[in-house]
Amino acid sequence: MTAIKRYAAGILAIGVSLIVFVVPLLFMVLTALKDRREASKLEFTWPTQIHFWENFQEVVSKRNFMLVTAFINSTILTVVSVAVLVVLAAMVAWVLQRRKSRWSGVVNFLILSGLIIPPAVVPTIWVLQSLGLFKTLPGLILIEVAFGLSFCVMLFRAFIAGIPKELDEAAVIDGCGPVRLFFRVIFPLLRSVMVTVIVVQSVAVFNDFQHPLYFLPGDANATVQLTLFNFQSQFATSYNLLFMNILLITIPPLIMYMFFNRQIVAGMTAGAVKG
Amino acid sequence: MTTHTTMTTPSVRPRQITDAPRRRRGRSAYPYWFYLPAAVIYTVLFLVPTVASFFFSFTRWSLFDFTFIGLDNFVQFFKEPALIKGLVNTFIYGVVTSGLKVVLGMLLGVLLTSQIIARGFLRSVLFFPVLLSSIGVGMVFTVLMDPNNGLINDALALFGIDGPKWLTDPAWALMSVALVDVWKGVGLATVIYIAGIVSIPAEYFEAAKVDGASSFKSFWNITLPLARPATATVIILSLIGGLRSFDLIWAMTKGGPGFTSDVIASVIYKQYQAGFYGLSTAGNVVLFLIVTAIVVPLSMFLNRKEVEQ
Repeated sequence: MTAIKRYAAGILAIGVSLIVFVVPLLFMVLTALKDRREASKLEFTWPTQIHFWENFQEVVSKRNFMLVTAFINSTILTVVSVAVLVVLAAMVAWVLQRRKSRWSGVVNFLILSGLIIPPAVVPTIWVLQSLGLFKTLPGLILIEVAFGLSFCVMLFRAFIAGIPKELDEAAVIDGCGPVRLFFRVIFPLLRSVMVTVIVVQSVAVFNDFQHPLYFLPGDANATVQLTLFNFQSQFATSYNLLFMNILLITIPPLIMYMFFNRQIVAGMTAGAVKG
Repeated sequence: MTTHTTMTTPSVRPRQITDAPRRRRGRSAYPYWFYLPAAVIYTVLFLVPTVASFFFSFTRWSLFDFTFIGLDNFVQFFKEPALIKGLVNTFIYGVVTSGLKVVLGMLLGVLLTSQIIARGFLRSVLFFPVLLSSIGVGMVFTVLMDPNNGLINDALALFGIDGPKWLTDPAWALMSVALVDVWKGVGLATVIYIAGIVSIPAEYFEAAKVDGASSFKSFWNITLPLARPATATVIILSLIGGLRSFDLIWAMTKGGPGFTSDVIASVIYKQYQAGFYGLSTAGNVVLFLIVTAIVVPLSMFLNRKEVEQ
């Protein structure tokens, strides 16, 4: 490709990407900074006056500080479920990768099922209710763990395949039991894939709307995605507040993306090359 | 493939492992109870409901008691216009989103692996929407697609195009949501293609160049066939996502206007809200069967071709 062509194609691509991808986001940010009347015009203009602080306060305090509750709930949900996921999925992946037996086929089949089958909604509620976990945060945490397992096990398994087996054997000869072998020797080696799993799953759980909607209804239990929804009818004409709310709940994934860009892409494209 | 390895290895591997530690003869260093905690959660909260859904789909159900009504729920699913519409829309939505993601993802993947400037910037911009919340994206685009003073139609008017009524037009509602889905998801398809294209050995392209192949020809004869694993991944991933899609549709149209943009996932939610638990569960079973019937054969087909090469 000649230099001129390179620049021409590049500039064209930048222009198109700015219009298609950046303008909608910018529109959201600008609208979030406007006052109510200006925002309702839905125009892509610079706000005549920046109303960041007023909008921020109003969104946060609306409906008895629901957004604060939601942020706390979402944080607990994300942190606990991802922590549990990482440990359990790594344990499964390790045994699955190392010990081939008639169980491996069954486990592999279940992992694939978990990736493909859409969870059955009402029967899950029925199970949760009989366990006394319906409408509770622990219940939803377990749900996120159950539905996220397959993907995490896959990522871990692919990575563990690259760890030499001699390492396990050496540790065993030195007198390591399975638990110590796994948590002391193997687990620390999984750090890089663990970052990928943590980042990808955190974003997924934080952005999850459907499962909290079904399994954790009620205002007191709201998670961040649900607040957005509760706010919609109320703010039917005050787009500035709605967009401020969207902006606020976009910040955590944005921070994740800035720091872990590479790992997120790696995790989400896993399997693309091998098929 | 998997069954093959599991058939042959067990006689060899475990003995090697158990022989090594003399003090723990007969015990593997890879105990099965490591499966246990995950297996319990997975079984109770995923497998049991999935199996139970087949049973309860044949009942009229209130969570506390149920009456067996045979196939009535399914009959209703294939008889009531609103529900049939949901079924058809699910297909359309899945095929349109995954088709567009494959085509656009591949083109963008080729573009972003070529020698153009600002590749890093373009990649980041393209991928960022993947991480946004579907609900947030849906709400922003609902505003942008406002038929009267939305930004999209304003922009189209500059070129003298009279934009469609988007979400409020029954003929366009589902397509509008599908387009937003593609907007949000094409970044993922693109990075998958980038990973696939980068893994193609550069020698092939060099050899083709020496032989005087045009860039289109080397795309058609090298990139396209050798990026097949990436294509398979994009198709399967976006079909699984597209067929069970709920968030965007709920955020943008709630299945409306009327029920013209309903999909099975939104029907399931509506029936659940209305208290028709049996019918809602039947919807789940239908969705399960559709996803499995499409995705499993397709992924077997896509992956077999790959082995033959």
